[in-house]
Amino acid sequence: MAEARAPERPGAWQAYRVVLGSRLRAQSSYRASFVLDVLGSGAITLVEFSEVYVIFHNVPVLGGLDFRAAALVYALAALSFSLGDLLTGDIDRIPVYVRSGNLDTLLVRPLPLLAQLVTGDVQLRRLGRVLVALGILAVVLPAVDVAWSPARVGLLAMTPLAGAMVFSGLFVAVGGAQFWLVEGGEFANAFTYGSSYAASFSPAVLTLPLRLLFSFVLPAAFTGYLPAIALLGLPGPPWLPAWLGWLTPVAGVLTWAAALALWRLGVRRYTGAGG
Amino acid sequence: MAGFRRYATYRVATAASAFTNTVFGLLRASITVATVGAAGGTLAGYDARTVATYAWLTQALIGPVQVFQWTELAQQVRTGAVAVDLVRPMDLQAQYLATNLGRAAYMLLPRGLPPLLVGALTFGLTLPTDVWPWAAGAVSVLLAVQISFACQFLVNLAAFWLLEIRGVMILYVVTSGVLCGLYLPVHWFPPWLSTLAAATPFPSMLQTPVDLLTGRLATPSAAVGALAVQLAWAVGMLALGRLVLAVATRRLVVQGG
Repeated sequence: MAEARAPERPGAWQAYRVVLGSRLRAQSSYRASFVLDVLGSGAITLVEFSEVYVIFHNVPVLGGLDFRAAALVYALAALSFSLGDLLTGDIDRIPVYVRSGNLDTLLVRPLPLLAQLVTGDVQLRRLGRVLVALGILAVVLPAVDVAWSPARVGLLAMTPLAGAMVFSGLFVAVGGAQFWLVEGGEFANAFTYGSSYAASFSPAVLTLPLRLLFSFVLPAAFTGYLPAIALLGLPGPPWLPAWLGWLTPVAGVLTWAAALALWRLGVRRYTGAGG
Repeated sequence: MAGFRRYATYRVATAASAFTNTVFGLLRASITVATVGAAGGTLAGYDARTVATYAWLTQALIGPVQVFQWTELAQQVRTGAVAVDLVRPMDLQAQYLATNLGRAAYMLLPRGLPPLLVGALTFGLTLPTDVWPWAAGAVSVLLAVQISFACQFLVNLAAFWLLEIRGVMILYVVTSGVLCGLYLPVHWFPPWLSTLAAATPFPSMLQTPVDLLTGRLATPSAAVGALAVQLAWAVGMLALGRLVLAVATRRLVVQGG
C-alpha cells in the first residue's frame, strides 16, 4: 500500500492547491456579495469588541484587568479564533453533507476526508475577522505596558498560531461529534462560539467550575487571557498562574489529539444511506 | 398553526439551541454580575441579582423573538420559488408573518424555560410577583416578535437585488444584537451609543420587553409609553416591508415556465 501511494503524494498536494485556488476565484467572482461578506465578517469582531468597550466605559477594572489589558486579551483571543475559524470553521456543517449524501462522494475520493473538508471549504470572507483582530492588536500593543524581551516577542508571535490550533481543534472535535448529533448541530455552537466568547474576558469573573471548564476542558483561556497576563507580568486568579500562558501550544496539541480521536470515531460510525 | 407544528417537529434542534442559550447565559450573567460588582454593587439601576435576571431573560427570549438570522425568504427568492409564494391567494408578508407567529409561540417554552430554570438555580432571579408586569411584558414580547420579523423581512428582501444576502444578514445580526441589548443592557451604553440605539427599532426587540417584565418601567405611563413606541416601530417596519416588497416584485423576473 505504502509503495503504491508514494508517487501520488505530490499530486495530492497539487490537488489541494488547485481546490484552494478555485475557492478563491469562485468566492471573489460575485464582487458585491463578496465585499459585503468580508465587511460583515469584520464587523462581527468590531461589534464584539464594543462589549469590552462598553464594560470599561462603566468600570475601570474588571477581573483584574484594566481596559488596555482587557483589549489585549480580546485581540489575542479574536485573532486566534478568526484564524482557527478560517481554517476549519465549516467542519461543523457536517450534518449538511450527511443529510444531502455528499459525504459519500467525499469518502470515496483517495484523499483524507478531513483534508478535503478543510481545503474545500475555506471561506475567504472570514479574512475580514482576521484583519480587524490584527488591527485591534496593532492599536493595543503600543498602549500596554510590557517589559519586552526576545522570549516575550516569541510568546506574542506564537500565541495566535497556537490559539488558532486550539480553536480549529475545537471545530474538528465538534465536527466529529456531529456524526451522533445530526439534528442537534446547535450543540456545537455552545462549545465553539461559547469558548470564543469566554476567551474574550478575564476568567477571573467566572465561578471556579466555569473557570476550570473554559481553561482545562475547553482551553479558551489559553488563547487570550493566559498569554496576555504572561506578557503583562500580572498574577492570575486561583488555579490559573501566569506561567500557563507559555503552554498554549501544548493546549493546541492536546486539543487536536482529542479532536482527531473524536473525528475518527465519528467517521467510523458513519454509514451512508446506501443506493 | 402550521408554523407551530413545523417547528415542533424539530425537537432535538430546539433542545440543542436551548442548551447553547443556557451556556451563553452562564457566561453573560457571570460577566455582567462581575461588572456590577466592580462598579460597587449597583450600575445604572441594576444590582447583581437584577442584572443576572436581565441576562437570563434576554437569553430566554432569543428563540421566540428570533434575534439571530432568518433567511428563508431570501432562499425562496434565490431559487425562484418565491414565484409560487407570490401566486398564493394570501399576501406574501402575511404568509410569513403568520408562520413566524406560530414559530414564536412554539419556541416560548422550550427555548425560554431551560435558561430561566438554570438561571434561577445558579444566580437566582428577581421576577415580579404582581400581575401587571407580566401582562405588559406579554404584550411587549408579542410586539417584539413582530418588530424583529418586520426587520428580518426587510433584510431578506435585499435578495431581490443581491441574490446572496449572507453579508447583509451578518451585518444586521451583529448590529441589532448589540443595540437591542443582547450583550449588555442598553442602559449601560455611553451617551452616543444609546442615542444611536434609540434611533433604531432594536431596543424595542429585547430591552423594552425585559424592562417591562422586570418592573423597571414601574409607572403605568412609562409602561404605556414604551408599548406605544414598540407599536409604532412594528407598524412602521411592517409598512416599510410592504412598500419595498411592492417595488421588488415589480422588478422580479423568474426564469423557466
